Amino acid sequence: MKTLWFAQIAAILQLEMRKTFLSRRGLWVYLLALFPLIPFAGHSIESTIRGRPCDFGHDTNVYASIFQLLDLRVVVFFGCLGIFMNLFRGEVLDRSLHYYFLAPVRREILVVGKYLAGLIAAVTIFTTSTILQWIAMYAHFPSRTVLDYLNDGNGWSHLIAYAVTTVFACIGYGSLFLLTGALFRNPIFPAAGILIWEGINSFLPSILQKFSVIYYLKSLVPIDAQPNLEAPFALLTVNTDPVPAVVAIVGMLAFTLLVIVIAALQVRRMEINYGTD
Amino acid sequence: MSADSQNIVFDNVSKFYGDVLGVNRVTLTIPPGITSLVGPNGSGKTTLMNLMTGLLQPTRGTIGVLGVSPNHPEQLFRQLGYCTQFDSFPRGFTGYQFVYSFLRLYGCTHAEAEEFTWAAIERVKLVEAAHRKIAGYSKGMRQRIKLAQSTCHGPSVLVLDEPLNGLDPLVRAEVIALLRSLAEEGMHIIISSHVLHEVDMISDQVVLLSNGYVIAEGKIRGVRGELDEQPMQVMIRCGKPASLAAKVFEHDSVVEARMHSDGKGLLVKTRDPDKFYLLLNQLALNGIGLESVVPADDDVNSLYEYLIGGEEPAR
Repeated sequence: MKTLWFAQIAAILQLEMRKTFLSRRGLWVYLLALFPLIPFAGHSIESTIRGRPCDFGHDTNVYASIFQLLDLRVVVFFGCLGIFMNLFRGEVLDRSLHYYFLAPVRREILVVGKYLAGLIAAVTIFTTSTILQWIAMYAHFPSRTVLDYLNDGNGWSHLIAYAVTTVFACIGYGSLFLLTGALFRNPIFPAAGILIWEGINSFLPSILQKFSVIYYLKSLVPIDAQPNLEAPFALLTVNTDPVPAVVAIVGMLAFTLLVIVIAALQVRRMEINYGTD
Repeated sequence: MSADSQNIVFDNVSKFYGDVLGVNRVTLTIPPGITSLVGPNGSGKTTLMNLMTGLLQPTRGTIGVLGVSPNHPEQLFRQLGYCTQFDSFPRGFTGYQFVYSFLRLYGCTHAEAEEFTWAAIERVKLVEAAHRKIAGYSKGMRQRIKLAQSTCHGPSVLVLDEPLNGLDPLVRAEVIALLRSLAEEGMHIIISSHVLHEVDMISDQVVLLSNGYVIAEGKIRGVRGELDEQPMQVMIRCGKPASLAAKVFEHDSVVEARMHSDGKGLLVKTRDPDKFYLLLNQLALNGIGLESVVPADDDVNSLYEYLIGGEEPAR
């Protein structure tokens, strides 16, 4: 039976990967992922052309701020919305969900298969984007400076931490949007609700902050943010009540598991009603 | 083996879409063979099929398909294939991929899936178009590829929602022959069709639906026999219809006798067909030459007319 589950998940992945990576509908996700490259590449090009020396520490802080404000809160958030929300809702719009529902596959397996397919796509796209942004940020520094930062400083650990944070952002937001797409016919309002909740999280009491994805992500980033960032951006990036990385990871995984279980229960009850009889 | 594990059983099943009735208090047992669901648009045929296959959840009641609940798709679709009325397919699929991917979801290896896919595609005569995108298929081809997908895994229950729609006469005949042969192998085939004479031709039993209620079910002749208020019509071909008419009118169960327009036959309405057939035997023995005696209204068309009557037949 276990082998059958694996075979079925593999079959679902095969079907879904093509849709998530190659569909025209998903083109904007790639553009969104590439968007943060523009300021970093622009900064590097401008600095190189003008021959203006930059402060390595300052640029590192700028990257940390942009990663939190733009990458996590906008790019990965909306990118995951586009990928995961469509896993079920997209099929309802295409009137093709019955294809899966008429196969001898447990609906829980279907949820897991679709989630994994979305996760592979999201992690590939956004982690690549994070790494490319990091490279673009430091491209204008002399190679020796960058190598020193990587080998003798915290370069590798920072880069890995940013990549891991991106992966966990995909895991957390992905599960939330999978559930939203399965629960609501029109998920725009719930998605807006999640966006507001995640946005105001920093202004909420400490206990409420823990019920959000961004709270755990902020505990995973290697640098808080640029110290002299203006309000309200400073509030958005500062972690007032950080938890150890291991707690953040376990908390995020537990949260994701809970959300996926709820999504599976919802999909188990889901009906196909495209409006014909 | 219990009867429930050999039949499809609806036990007091109701389905409401909000305030709108889908089907109400359906209690049915469907044995092997070809069973047709007949009724006008909105009568609940597709709802019944979707309930049977778990695409809809009943508001009330329980359903069992050969002893399996539709809430267990992993068991149900090992023995059931459903050719739906939905004319939409996963984006960008070719006919081959449509069948092959289903078999991979079923758990087949690549080699098995490939073998079964070609067998199913050959059965519906789509080999040459197999690697073309379904989006470019004609209505009939789409219908055939759905049929291939629903039968590719060798199910013992086949549910077909309007399967003959869009098929040309030759393919229609082939599909009907295929369904007949599958039914003879002991398969359950549940079919909904608007084409009453085809339903009549292929069905072992019918379920007549109107406004969400089952109004009759069973073998066509059995259902017809229970309609006491409608006299049975019998067409008798003979050389002397006028003389025959005089004789049969002596029998008190005969309520009407009408000469056929060609003058070589008599249409008789009788309230007691058994006694009437005995009378015909006697008349034949007494020398009235009868060429043929055929029931004229024990078909689905007549049942539909009598039971659903004024409602617009579904097209």
